[in-house]
Amino acid sequence: MTATTSSTTTRAVDRRPPMLGGFCAPVLAIEIRRVLRNRRTLLFILVMPAVFFLLFGLPTRGENLDNGLPVTGWIMISLAVYAAMVATTSAGAAVATERALGWSRQLRLTPLRPAAYVATKVATAMVLGLLGVLVEFAVGAASGVRLPAHVWVESGLTAWVGALVFAAFGLFVGYLAPAENVMQFVGPALAILAMLGGLFVPLELLPDVMRQIAKFTPVYGVGQLARAPLTGTGVDWAAVANVTAWTVFFGLGAARLFRRDTTRV
Amino acid sequence: MTDSAPAVDLAGLTKTFGPVTAVDGLDLRIAPGEVVAFLGPNGAGKTTTVDMLLGLARPDAGTVRLFGGEPADAVRHGRVAAVMQTGGLLKDLTVAETVRMTAHFYGHTRPVAEVLERAGIAGIADRAVGKCSGGQQQRLRFALALLPDPDLMVLDEPTTGMDVEGRRDFWQAIRADARSGRTVLFATHYLDEADAYADRIVLIRQGRVVADGTTAEIKNLAAGRVVRATQPGADQAALAALPGVRSVEVRGDAVLVHTGDSDVVARHLLTRTDARDVEITSRNLEDAFLTLTA
Repeated sequence: MTATTSSTTTRAVDRRPPMLGGFCAPVLAIEIRRVLRNRRTLLFILVMPAVFFLLFGLPTRGENLDNGLPVTGWIMISLAVYAAMVATTSAGAAVATERALGWSRQLRLTPLRPAAYVATKVATAMVLGLLGVLVEFAVGAASGVRLPAHVWVESGLTAWVGALVFAAFGLFVGYLAPAENVMQFVGPALAILAMLGGLFVPLELLPDVMRQIAKFTPVYGVGQLARAPLTGTGVDWAAVANVTAWTVFFGLGAARLFRRDTTRV
Repeated sequence: MTDSAPAVDLAGLTKTFGPVTAVDGLDLRIAPGEVVAFLGPNGAGKTTTVDMLLGLARPDAGTVRLFGGEPADAVRHGRVAAVMQTGGLLKDLTVAETVRMTAHFYGHTRPVAEVLERAGIAGIADRAVGKCSGGQQQRLRFALALLPDPDLMVLDEPTTGMDVEGRRDFWQAIRADARSGRTVLFATHYLDEADAYADRIVLIRQGRVVADGTTAEIKNLAAGRVVRATQPGADQAALAALPGVRSVEVRGDAVLVHTGDSDVVARHLLTRTDARDVEITSRNLEDAFLTLTA
Protein backbone atom coordinates (compact mmCIF):
# COMPACT_ATOMS: atom_id res chain seq x y z
CA MET A 1 0.00 0.00 0.00
CA THR A 2 1.27 3.45 -0.82
CA ALA A 3 1.17 6.60 1.25
CA THR A 4 -2.16 8.27 1.70
CA THR A 5 -2.84 11.77 0.51
CA SER A 6 -4.80 14.40 2.35
CA SER A 7 -7.80 14.01 0.08
CA THR A 8 -7.96 10.31 0.78
CA THR A 9 -7.95 10.62 4.52
CA THR A 10 -10.91 12.96 4.73
CA ARG A 11 -14.18 11.19 5.39
CA ALA A 12 -16.40 14.02 4.23
CA VAL A 13 -17.85 12.27 1.21
CA ASP A 14 -21.18 13.56 -0.07
CA ARG A 15 -23.41 10.53 0.16
CA ARG A 16 -26.77 11.96 -0.76
CA PRO A 17 -28.71 9.80 -3.23
CA PRO A 18 -29.32 11.29 -6.69
CA MET A 19 -32.16 13.68 -7.54
CA LEU A 20 -35.25 12.01 -9.03
CA GLY A 21 -33.78 8.61 -8.25
CA GLY A 22 -31.18 9.02 -11.00
CA PHE A 23 -33.50 10.08 -13.83
CA CYS A 24 -31.74 12.87 -15.69
CA ALA A 25 -31.13 14.43 -19.10
CA PRO A 26 -27.49 13.36 -19.55
CA VAL A 27 -28.41 9.69 -19.16
CA LEU A 28 -31.28 10.16 -21.59
CA ALA A 29 -28.83 11.72 -24.06
CA ILE A 30 -26.48 8.74 -23.78
CA GLU A 31 -29.40 6.33 -24.21
CA ILE A 32 -30.61 8.09 -27.35
CA ARG A 33 -27.12 8.23 -28.82
CA ARG A 34 -26.84 4.51 -28.14
CA VAL A 35 -29.95 3.75 -30.14
CA LEU A 36 -28.98 6.05 -32.98
CA ARG A 37 -25.64 4.26 -33.25
CA ASN A 38 -27.40 0.97 -33.83
CA ARG A 39 -27.79 0.61 -37.60
CA ARG A 40 -30.25 -2.25 -37.29
CA THR A 41 -32.59 -0.24 -35.11
CA LEU A 42 -32.31 2.79 -37.38
CA LEU A 43 -33.15 0.60 -40.34
CA PHE A 44 -36.34 -0.63 -38.69
CA ILE A 45 -37.61 2.59 -37.16
CA LEU A 46 -36.52 5.22 -39.68
CA VAL A 47 -35.51 3.71 -43.02
CA MET A 48 -38.10 0.96 -43.47
CA PRO A 49 -41.24 3.04 -42.85
CA ALA A 50 -39.85 5.67 -45.23
CA VAL A 51 -39.15 3.07 -47.90
CA PHE A 52 -42.65 1.64 -47.42
CA PHE A 53 -44.01 5.08 -48.18
CA LEU A 54 -41.96 5.38 -51.35
CA LEU A 55 -43.01 1.87 -52.45
CA PHE A 56 -46.70 1.88 -51.53
CA GLY A 57 -47.56 5.53 -51.03
CA LEU A 58 -46.13 7.19 -54.12
CA PRO A 59 -47.99 5.02 -56.66
CA THR A 60 -51.27 6.43 -55.31
CA ARG A 61 -50.25 9.98 -56.13
CA GLY A 62 -53.13 11.88 -57.65
CA GLU A 63 -55.79 9.75 -55.93
CA ASN A 64 -58.01 11.47 -53.39
CA LEU A 65 -60.09 10.46 -50.41
CA ASP A 66 -63.83 11.21 -50.35
CA ASN A 67 -63.11 14.59 -48.74
CA GLY A 68 -60.64 15.55 -51.45
CA LEU A 69 -57.48 15.10 -49.40
CA PRO A 70 -54.76 12.93 -50.93
CA VAL A 71 -54.50 9.17 -50.33
CA THR A 72 -50.75 9.65 -49.91
CA GLY A 73 -51.59 11.56 -46.71
CA TRP A 74 -53.58 8.57 -45.43
CA ILE A 75 -50.67 6.23 -46.12
CA MET A 76 -48.09 8.62 -44.71
CA ILE A 77 -49.94 9.03 -41.41
CA SER A 78 -50.49 5.27 -41.15
CA LEU A 79 -46.80 4.64 -41.68
CA ALA A 80 -45.91 7.38 -39.18
CA VAL A 81 -47.95 5.44 -36.61
CA TYR A 82 -46.07 2.32 -37.66
CA ALA A 83 -42.67 4.03 -37.35
CA ALA A 84 -43.54 5.38 -33.91
CA MET A 85 -44.82 2.05 -32.63
CA VAL A 86 -41.76 0.14 -33.82
CA ALA A 87 -39.52 2.81 -32.25
CA THR A 88 -41.22 2.82 -28.87
CA THR A 89 -41.58 -0.95 -28.74
CA SER A 90 -37.91 -1.53 -29.46
CA ALA A 91 -36.86 1.08 -26.90
CA GLY A 92 -39.08 -0.52 -24.27
CA ALA A 93 -37.99 -4.02 -25.18
CA ALA A 94 -34.37 -2.94 -24.65
CA VAL A 95 -34.87 -3.89 -21.00
CA ALA A 96 -34.89 -7.52 -22.19
CA THR A 97 -31.38 -7.12 -23.57
CA GLU A 98 -30.19 -5.31 -20.47
CA ARG A 99 -31.60 -7.97 -18.21
CA ALA A 100 -30.05 -10.73 -20.34
CA LEU A 101 -26.67 -9.00 -20.22
CA GLY A 102 -26.88 -8.57 -16.46
CA TRP A 103 -26.83 -4.79 -16.66
CA SER A 104 -29.99 -4.60 -14.53
CA ARG A 105 -28.12 -6.51 -11.84
CA GLN A 106 -25.23 -4.08 -12.08
CA LEU A 107 -27.70 -1.21 -11.68
CA ARG A 108 -29.00 -2.73 -8.46
CA LEU A 109 -25.58 -2.00 -6.99
CA THR A 110 -26.08 1.73 -7.64
CA PRO A 111 -28.54 4.17 -6.02
CA LEU A 112 -30.53 4.34 -9.28
CA ARG A 113 -34.20 3.76 -8.44
CA PRO A 114 -35.92 1.13 -10.58
CA ALA A 115 -38.72 3.59 -11.37
CA ALA A 116 -36.15 6.08 -12.67
CA TYR A 117 -34.72 3.37 -14.89
CA VAL A 118 -38.14 2.66 -16.40
CA ALA A 119 -38.84 6.39 -16.77
CA THR A 120 -35.59 6.73 -18.72
CA LYS A 121 -36.63 3.88 -21.00
CA VAL A 122 -40.06 5.40 -21.61
CA ALA A 123 -38.56 8.83 -22.30
CA THR A 124 -36.05 7.31 -24.71
CA ALA A 125 -38.90 5.45 -26.42
CA MET A 126 -40.90 8.63 -26.82
CA VAL A 127 -37.98 10.60 -28.27
CA LEU A 128 -37.40 7.83 -30.79
CA GLY A 129 -41.10 7.63 -31.55
CA LEU A 130 -41.14 11.36 -32.26
CA LEU A 131 -38.15 10.91 -34.54
CA GLY A 132 -39.99 8.14 -36.39
CA VAL A 133 -43.02 10.37 -36.97
CA LEU A 134 -40.91 13.35 -38.05
CA VAL A 135 -38.85 11.34 -40.53
CA GLU A 136 -41.95 9.79 -42.07
CA PHE A 137 -43.62 13.20 -42.36
CA ALA A 138 -40.45 14.72 -43.83
CA VAL A 139 -40.29 11.98 -46.47
CA GLY A 140 -43.98 12.52 -47.18
CA ALA A 141 -43.64 16.29 -47.48
CA ALA A 142 -40.58 15.94 -49.70
CA SER A 143 -42.57 13.55 -51.92
CA GLY A 144 -45.28 16.12 -52.43
CA VAL A 145 -47.86 15.30 -49.75
CA ARG A 146 -49.81 18.50 -49.09
CA LEU A 147 -52.23 18.62 -46.16
CA PRO A 148 -53.85 21.38 -44.08
CA ALA A 149 -51.53 22.48 -41.26
CA HIS A 150 -53.88 21.26 -38.51
CA VAL A 151 -53.80 17.74 -39.99
CA TRP A 152 -50.00 17.59 -39.84
CA VAL A 153 -49.99 18.72 -36.23
CA GLU A 154 -52.96 16.75 -34.91
CA SER A 155 -52.14 13.52 -36.73
CA GLY A 156 -48.46 13.79 -35.86
CA LEU A 157 -49.16 14.36 -32.17
CA THR A 158 -51.70 11.55 -32.04
CA ALA A 159 -49.37 9.09 -33.76
CA TRP A 160 -46.64 10.09 -31.33
CA VAL A 161 -48.60 10.12 -28.07
CA GLY A 162 -50.48 6.97 -29.10
CA ALA A 163 -47.15 5.18 -29.39
CA LEU A 164 -47.02 5.29 -25.60
CA VAL A 165 -49.11 2.10 -25.76
CA PHE A 166 -46.21 0.43 -27.47
CA ALA A 167 -43.61 1.76 -25.07
CA ALA A 168 -45.65 -0.09 -22.44
CA PHE A 169 -45.92 -3.10 -24.75
CA GLY A 170 -42.14 -3.08 -25.24
CA LEU A 171 -41.52 -2.94 -21.49
CA PHE A 172 -44.05 -5.71 -20.96
CA VAL A 173 -42.24 -7.94 -23.45
CA GLY A 174 -38.87 -6.86 -22.08
CA TYR A 175 -39.75 -7.96 -18.57
CA LEU A 176 -41.42 -11.12 -19.84
CA ALA A 177 -38.51 -12.43 -21.91
CA PRO A 178 -34.94 -11.70 -20.89
CA ALA A 179 -33.39 -12.36 -24.30
CA GLU A 180 -30.80 -10.34 -26.12
CA ASN A 181 -32.51 -10.79 -29.49
CA VAL A 182 -36.08 -10.19 -28.39
CA MET A 183 -36.80 -7.77 -31.26
CA GLN A 184 -36.29 -10.58 -33.77
CA PHE A 185 -39.52 -12.06 -32.48
CA VAL A 186 -41.32 -8.85 -31.66
CA GLY A 187 -40.60 -7.24 -35.06
CA PRO A 188 -42.71 -9.69 -37.09
CA ALA A 189 -45.41 -9.58 -34.41
CA LEU A 190 -45.57 -5.81 -34.81
CA ALA A 191 -45.93 -6.17 -38.57
CA ILE A 192 -48.93 -8.47 -38.07
CA LEU A 193 -50.47 -6.10 -35.52
CA ALA A 194 -49.91 -3.19 -37.90
CA MET A 195 -51.65 -5.13 -40.66
CA LEU A 196 -54.61 -5.90 -38.39
CA GLY A 197 -54.62 -2.32 -37.20
CA GLY A 198 -55.14 -1.11 -40.75
CA LEU A 199 -51.78 0.60 -41.15
CA PHE A 200 -50.73 -1.22 -44.32
CA VAL A 201 -54.06 -1.65 -46.09
CA PRO A 202 -57.47 -0.17 -45.28
CA LEU A 203 -59.48 -2.55 -43.14
CA GLU A 204 -62.34 -2.24 -45.61
CA LEU A 205 -60.31 -4.49 -47.92
CA LEU A 206 -60.22 -7.31 -45.35
CA PRO A 207 -62.92 -10.00 -45.00
CA ASP A 208 -65.67 -9.03 -42.58
CA VAL A 209 -64.63 -11.49 -39.85
CA MET A 210 -61.07 -10.19 -39.92
CA ARG A 211 -62.34 -6.64 -39.78
CA GLN A 212 -64.36 -7.34 -36.65
CA ILE A 213 -61.40 -9.02 -34.96
CA ALA A 214 -59.06 -6.24 -36.06
CA LYS A 215 -61.04 -3.69 -34.08
CA PHE A 216 -59.90 -5.33 -30.87
CA THR A 217 -56.18 -5.47 -31.72
CA PRO A 218 -53.85 -2.89 -30.15
CA VAL A 219 -52.86 -0.92 -33.25
CA TYR A 220 -56.37 -0.28 -34.53
CA GLY A 221 -57.25 2.50 -32.11
CA VAL A 222 -54.10 4.54 -32.56
CA GLY A 223 -54.32 4.26 -36.35
CA GLN A 224 -57.96 5.37 -36.42
CA LEU A 225 -57.33 8.33 -34.12
CA ALA A 226 -54.19 9.45 -35.92
CA ARG A 227 -56.00 9.48 -39.28
CA ALA A 228 -59.14 11.11 -37.90
CA PRO A 229 -57.92 14.68 -38.53
CA LEU A 230 -57.31 13.71 -42.17
CA THR A 231 -60.49 11.77 -42.83
CA GLY A 232 -62.55 14.24 -40.82
CA THR A 233 -64.53 11.45 -39.16
CA GLY A 234 -64.20 13.02 -35.74
CA VAL A 235 -63.30 11.18 -32.56
CA ASP A 236 -64.25 7.54 -32.74
CA TRP A 237 -65.05 6.46 -29.20
CA ALA A 238 -64.48 2.80 -29.99
CA ALA A 239 -60.94 3.74 -31.01
CA VAL A 240 -60.43 5.72 -27.80
CA ALA A 241 -61.65 2.75 -25.80
CA ASN A 242 -59.29 0.49 -27.73
CA VAL A 243 -56.25 2.68 -26.99
CA THR A 244 -57.19 3.14 -23.35
CA ALA A 245 -57.79 -0.57 -22.78
CA TRP A 246 -54.51 -1.66 -24.34
CA THR A 247 -52.51 1.05 -22.57
CA VAL A 248 -53.95 -0.05 -19.24
CA PHE A 249 -53.37 -3.72 -20.08
CA PHE A 250 -49.74 -3.35 -21.16
CA GLY A 251 -49.01 -0.70 -18.54
CA LEU A 252 -50.30 -2.81 -15.66
CA GLY A 253 -48.68 -5.93 -17.11
CA ALA A 254 -45.32 -4.18 -17.40
CA ALA A 255 -45.68 -2.72 -13.89
CA ARG A 256 -46.47 -6.13 -12.45
CA LEU A 257 -43.54 -7.85 -14.15
CA PHE A 258 -41.30 -4.94 -13.25
CA ARG A 259 -42.19 -5.30 -9.58
CA ARG A 260 -41.55 -9.02 -9.72
CA ASP A 261 -38.18 -8.29 -11.30
CA THR A 262 -37.08 -5.69 -8.76
CA THR A 263 -38.23 -7.54 -5.67
CA ARG A 264 -36.71 -10.82 -6.78
CA VAL A 265 -33.91 -11.32 -4.31
CA MET B 1 -25.55 3.99 10.68
CA THR B 2 -22.55 4.81 12.78
CA ASP B 3 -18.89 4.82 11.90
CA SER B 4 -18.02 2.68 14.91
CA ALA B 5 -20.06 -0.21 13.53
CA PRO B 6 -18.25 -3.01 11.70
CA ALA B 7 -17.99 -2.53 7.96
CA VAL B 8 -19.47 -5.98 7.50
CA ASP B 9 -21.38 -7.99 10.05
CA LEU B 10 -22.80 -11.32 8.92
CA ALA B 11 -24.52 -13.42 11.55
CA GLY B 12 -25.87 -16.93 11.09
CA LEU B 13 -26.20 -16.38 7.37
CA THR B 14 -27.93 -19.28 5.65
CA LYS B 15 -29.10 -19.86 2.10
CA THR B 16 -30.38 -23.04 0.54
CA PHE B 17 -31.19 -23.81 -3.06
CA GLY B 18 -33.51 -26.81 -3.01
CA PRO B 19 -31.61 -29.63 -1.34
CA VAL B 20 -28.27 -27.77 -1.48
CA THR B 21 -27.19 -25.64 1.46
CA ALA B 22 -24.97 -23.07 -0.21
CA VAL B 23 -24.30 -21.01 2.90
CA ASP B 24 -24.63 -22.69 6.25
CA GLY B 25 -24.80 -20.45 9.30
CA LEU B 26 -21.91 -18.23 8.29
CA ASP B 27 -20.62 -15.60 10.72
CA LEU B 28 -18.17 -12.92 9.69
CA ARG B 29 -17.27 -9.54 11.05
CA ILE B 30 -14.95 -7.17 9.23
CA ALA B 31 -13.67 -3.97 10.81
CA PRO B 32 -13.36 -0.77 8.76
CA GLY B 33 -10.06 -0.64 6.89
CA GLU B 34 -9.42 -4.36 6.73
CA VAL B 35 -8.44 -6.01 3.45
CA VAL B 36 -9.95 -9.47 3.61
CA ALA B 37 -9.70 -12.38 1.19
CA PHE B 38 -12.68 -14.65 1.09
CA LEU B 39 -11.02 -17.82 -0.06
CA GLY B 40 -12.51 -21.14 -1.00
CA PRO B 41 -12.88 -23.64 -3.80
CA ASN B 42 -15.56 -23.28 -6.45
CA GLY B 43 -18.97 -24.01 -4.98
CA ALA B 44 -17.92 -23.14 -1.43
CA GLY B 45 -20.64 -20.49 -1.18
CA LYS B 46 -18.54 -17.39 -1.80
CA THR B 47 -20.71 -15.83 -4.48
CA THR B 48 -23.94 -16.62 -2.64
CA THR B 49 -22.52 -14.94 0.46
CA VAL B 50 -21.44 -11.91 -1.54
CA ASP B 51 -24.89 -11.68 -3.14
CA MET B 52 -26.55 -11.65 0.28
CA LEU B 53 -24.00 -9.18 1.60
CA LEU B 54 -24.89 -6.77 -1.21
CA GLY B 55 -28.63 -7.29 -0.89
CA LEU B 56 -28.89 -9.04 -4.27
CA ALA B 57 -30.14 -12.21 -2.57
CA ARG B 58 -32.23 -12.61 0.57
CA PRO B 59 -30.88 -14.94 3.25
CA ASP B 60 -33.12 -17.78 4.41
CA ALA B 61 -31.85 -17.09 7.91
CA GLY B 62 -29.38 -14.77 9.57
CA THR B 63 -28.66 -11.07 9.15
CA VAL B 64 -26.46 -8.80 7.08
CA ARG B 65 -25.40 -5.38 8.39
CA LEU B 66 -23.11 -3.04 6.52
CA PHE B 67 -21.85 -0.17 8.68
CA GLY B 68 -24.68 -1.00 11.05
CA GLY B 69 -27.41 -0.66 8.42
CA GLU B 70 -29.22 -2.52 5.70
CA PRO B 71 -27.26 -3.40 2.53
CA ALA B 72 -29.80 -1.48 0.43
CA ASP B 73 -29.10 1.63 2.51
CA ALA B 74 -25.36 1.28 2.03
CA VAL B 75 -25.89 0.89 -1.73
CA ARG B 76 -28.22 3.87 -1.85
CA HIS B 77 -25.65 6.08 -0.20
CA GLY B 78 -22.72 4.80 -2.20
CA ARG B 79 -21.01 3.39 0.88
CA VAL B 80 -20.57 0.00 -0.74
CA ALA B 81 -19.60 -0.76 -4.32
CA ALA B 82 -18.83 -4.06 -5.96
CA VAL B 83 -17.04 -5.65 -8.85
CA MET B 84 -19.04 -8.74 -9.69
CA GLN B 85 -17.79 -11.89 -11.32
CA THR B 86 -20.35 -11.87 -14.05
CA GLY B 87 -22.53 -9.29 -15.36
CA GLY B 88 -23.53 -6.43 -16.64
CA LEU B 89 -21.97 -4.13 -19.10
CA LEU B 90 -23.64 -2.68 -22.18
CA LYS B 91 -21.55 -3.70 -25.18
CA ASP B 92 -22.66 -0.81 -27.37
CA LEU B 93 -21.54 1.94 -24.99
CA THR B 94 -17.97 3.16 -24.90
CA VAL B 95 -15.90 2.79 -21.75
CA ALA B 96 -16.21 6.49 -20.94
CA GLU B 97 -19.96 6.54 -21.65
CA THR B 98 -20.49 3.64 -19.27
CA VAL B 99 -18.67 5.49 -16.50
CA ARG B 100 -20.39 8.81 -17.25
CA MET B 101 -23.82 7.20 -17.30
CA THR B 102 -23.22 5.32 -14.06
CA ALA B 103 -21.91 8.49 -12.42
CA HIS B 104 -25.33 10.06 -12.93
CA PHE B 105 -26.93 7.29 -10.89
CA TYR B 106 -25.17 8.64 -7.79
CA GLY B 107 -25.74 11.94 -6.08
CA HIS B 108 -22.05 12.72 -6.04
CA THR B 109 -19.02 10.87 -7.41
CA ARG B 110 -15.33 11.17 -8.01
CA PRO B 111 -14.57 12.77 -11.40
CA VAL B 112 -14.97 10.40 -14.36
CA ALA B 113 -11.45 11.13 -15.64
CA GLU B 114 -10.03 10.26 -12.23
CA VAL B 115 -11.64 6.84 -11.93
CA LEU B 116 -10.70 5.98 -15.53
CA GLU B 117 -7.12 6.87 -14.68
CA ARG B 118 -7.11 4.94 -11.42
CA ALA B 119 -8.58 1.86 -13.05
CA GLY B 120 -5.94 2.08 -15.77
CA ILE B 121 -8.40 2.45 -18.64
CA ALA B 122 -8.04 6.14 -19.51
CA GLY B 123 -6.26 5.08 -22.69
CA ILE B 124 -9.25 3.09 -23.95
CA ALA B 125 -11.97 5.53 -22.88
CA ASP B 126 -13.44 5.76 -26.38
CA ARG B 127 -13.41 2.05 -27.09
CA ALA B 128 -16.73 0.20 -27.34
CA VAL B 129 -17.20 -2.07 -24.32
CA GLY B 130 -17.91 -5.01 -26.62
CA LYS B 131 -14.45 -4.63 -28.12
CA CYS B 132 -12.66 -4.66 -24.75
CA SER B 133 -10.86 -7.74 -23.45
CA GLY B 134 -12.15 -9.52 -20.36
CA GLY B 135 -9.47 -7.85 -18.27
CA GLN B 136 -10.32 -4.41 -19.61
CA GLN B 137 -14.01 -4.98 -18.92
CA GLN B 138 -13.15 -6.00 -15.39
CA ARG B 139 -11.12 -2.83 -14.88
CA LEU B 140 -14.13 -0.93 -16.22
CA ARG B 141 -16.27 -2.59 -13.53
CA PHE B 142 -13.63 -1.55 -11.05
CA ALA B 143 -13.79 2.04 -12.35
CA LEU B 144 -17.58 2.00 -11.85
CA ALA B 145 -17.08 0.74 -8.31
CA LEU B 146 -14.62 3.58 -7.61
CA LEU B 147 -17.14 6.26 -8.63
CA PRO B 148 -18.91 6.69 -5.26
CA ASP B 149 -15.60 6.51 -3.36
CA PRO B 150 -17.10 3.67 -1.33
CA ASP B 151 -16.16 2.82 2.25
CA LEU B 152 -16.48 -0.86 1.37
CA MET B 153 -15.33 -2.38 -1.90
CA VAL B 154 -16.47 -5.93 -2.62
CA LEU B 155 -14.81 -7.90 -5.40
CA ASP B 156 -16.27 -11.27 -6.35
CA GLU B 157 -13.65 -13.39 -8.08
CA PRO B 158 -12.53 -10.33 -9.99
CA THR B 159 -9.84 -12.00 -12.07
CA THR B 160 -11.65 -15.17 -13.13
CA GLY B 161 -11.01 -15.87 -16.77
CA MET B 162 -8.21 -13.34 -17.11
CA ASP B 163 -4.80 -14.26 -18.45
CA VAL B 164 -1.73 -13.75 -16.29
CA GLU B 165 -1.08 -10.29 -17.64
CA GLY B 166 -4.69 -9.25 -17.15
CA ARG B 167 -4.64 -10.43 -13.57
CA ARG B 168 -1.43 -8.55 -12.88
CA ASP B 169 -2.77 -5.33 -14.40
CA PHE B 170 -6.00 -5.68 -12.48
CA TRP B 171 -4.33 -6.11 -9.12
CA GLN B 172 -1.98 -3.26 -9.93
CA ALA B 173 -5.02 -1.06 -10.38
CA ILE B 174 -6.47 -2.27 -7.09
CA ARG B 175 -3.19 -1.69 -5.29
CA ALA B 176 -2.88 1.77 -6.75
CA ASP B 177 -6.19 2.56 -5.16
CA ALA B 178 -4.81 3.07 -1.71
CA ARG B 179 -7.36 5.28 -0.05
CA SER B 180 -6.77 4.72 3.58
CA GLY B 181 -9.73 3.44 5.51
CA ARG B 182 -11.34 1.68 2.55
CA THR B 183 -12.48 -1.77 3.56
CA VAL B 184 -11.90 -4.37 0.88
CA LEU B 185 -13.45 -7.82 0.72
CA PHE B 186 -12.54 -9.99 -2.21
CA ALA B 187 -13.65 -13.51 -2.97
CA THR B 188 -11.17 -15.63 -4.84
CA HIS B 189 -10.07 -19.17 -5.41
CA TYR B 190 -6.59 -18.02 -6.39
CA LEU B 191 -4.36 -18.51 -3.38
CA ASP B 192 -1.58 -16.29 -4.64
CA GLU B 193 -4.03 -13.40 -4.81
CA ALA B 194 -5.15 -13.93 -1.24
CA ASP B 195 -1.56 -14.35 -0.11
CA ALA B 196 -0.28 -11.28 -1.94
CA TYR B 197 -3.05 -8.82 -1.29
CA ALA B 198 -5.04 -9.60 1.83
CA ASP B 199 -4.23 -8.74 5.46
CA ARG B 200 -6.64 -11.39 6.55
CA ILE B 201 -7.87 -14.60 5.01
CA VAL B 202 -11.23 -16.16 5.66
CA LEU B 203 -11.30 -19.73 4.40
CA ILE B 204 -14.73 -20.99 3.48
CA ARG B 205 -15.85 -24.47 2.69
CA GLN B 206 -19.35 -25.83 2.21
CA GLY B 207 -20.84 -22.54 3.27
CA ARG B 208 -18.98 -22.31 6.56
CA VAL B 209 -15.89 -20.47 7.76
CA VAL B 210 -13.23 -23.13 8.39
CA ALA B 211 -10.33 -20.82 9.17
CA ASP B 212 -9.94 -17.11 9.76
CA GLY B 213 -6.70 -15.29 10.42
CA THR B 214 -3.73 -13.43 9.00
CA THR B 215 -1.97 -14.95 6.02
CA ALA B 216 0.82 -16.13 8.32
CA GLU B 217 -1.64 -17.70 10.72
CA ILE B 218 -3.38 -19.58 7.94
CA LYS B 219 -0.05 -20.85 6.66
CA ASN B 220 0.85 -22.00 10.16
CA LEU B 221 -2.31 -24.04 10.32
CA ALA B 222 -0.65 -26.33 7.88
CA ALA B 223 2.91 -25.84 9.03
CA GLY B 224 5.73 -28.17 8.16
CA ARG B 225 7.58 -29.09 5.03
CA VAL B 226 7.29 -31.45 2.12
CA VAL B 227 10.16 -33.78 1.22
CA ARG B 228 9.88 -35.10 -2.28
CA ALA B 229 12.11 -37.72 -3.88
CA THR B 230 12.21 -40.09 -6.84
CA GLN B 231 12.11 -43.61 -5.47
CA PRO B 232 10.31 -46.39 -7.32
CA GLY B 233 8.75 -48.83 -4.86
CA ALA B 234 9.21 -46.63 -1.83
CA ASP B 235 8.55 -48.28 1.52
CA GLN B 236 5.69 -46.13 2.72
CA ALA B 237 5.38 -47.79 6.10
CA ALA B 238 9.04 -47.13 6.95
CA LEU B 239 8.71 -43.48 5.98
CA ALA B 240 5.50 -43.06 7.92
CA ALA B 241 7.21 -44.45 11.01
CA LEU B 242 9.87 -41.70 11.03
CA PRO B 243 9.48 -39.07 13.76
CA GLY B 244 7.53 -35.99 12.73
CA VAL B 245 6.00 -37.49 9.60
CA ARG B 246 2.36 -36.59 9.08
CA SER B 247 1.61 -38.26 5.80
CA VAL B 248 3.22 -40.17 2.97
CA GLU B 249 1.97 -40.03 -0.55
CA VAL B 250 3.17 -41.89 -3.65
CA ARG B 251 2.66 -40.36 -7.06
CA GLY B 252 4.10 -42.66 -9.73
CA ASP B 253 7.83 -42.94 -9.06
CA ALA B 254 7.76 -39.95 -6.70
CA VAL B 255 7.20 -40.08 -2.99
CA LEU B 256 5.99 -37.04 -1.01
CA VAL B 257 6.41 -36.90 2.73
CA HIS B 258 4.71 -34.21 4.79
CA THR B 259 6.69 -33.74 7.95
CA GLY B 260 7.50 -31.46 10.83
CA ASP B 261 11.18 -32.56 10.67
CA SER B 262 12.46 -32.62 7.12
CA ASP B 263 16.06 -33.34 8.15
CA VAL B 264 15.14 -36.77 9.51
CA VAL B 265 13.28 -37.71 6.36
CA ALA B 266 16.03 -36.47 4.04
CA ARG B 267 18.72 -38.29 6.02
CA HIS B 268 16.68 -41.49 5.94
CA LEU B 269 16.03 -41.25 2.22
CA LEU B 270 19.64 -40.50 1.31
CA THR B 271 21.33 -43.00 3.64
CA ARG B 272 18.92 -45.94 3.86
CA THR B 273 17.31 -45.95 0.42
CA ASP B 274 18.26 -45.40 -3.19
CA ALA B 275 16.06 -42.31 -3.47
CA ARG B 276 17.22 -39.59 -5.87
CA ASP B 277 16.36 -35.96 -6.59
CA VAL B 278 15.47 -35.10 -3.01
CA GLU B 279 13.67 -31.74 -2.71
CA ILE B 280 12.55 -29.97 0.44
CA THR B 281 9.90 -27.25 0.24
CA SER B 282 7.97 -25.24 2.77
CA ARG B 283 4.28 -25.85 2.73
CA ASN B 284 2.70 -22.88 1.10
CA LEU B 285 -0.72 -21.39 1.33
CA GLU B 286 -1.92 -23.77 -1.34
CA ASP B 287 -1.20 -26.71 0.92
CA ALA B 288 -2.98 -25.03 3.80
CA PHE B 289 -5.87 -24.36 1.51
CA LEU B 290 -6.05 -27.94 0.30
CA THR B 291 -5.74 -29.31 3.81
CA LEU B 292 -8.46 -27.10 5.19
CA THR B 293 -10.89 -27.22 2.32
CA ALA B 294 -10.47 -30.82 1.19
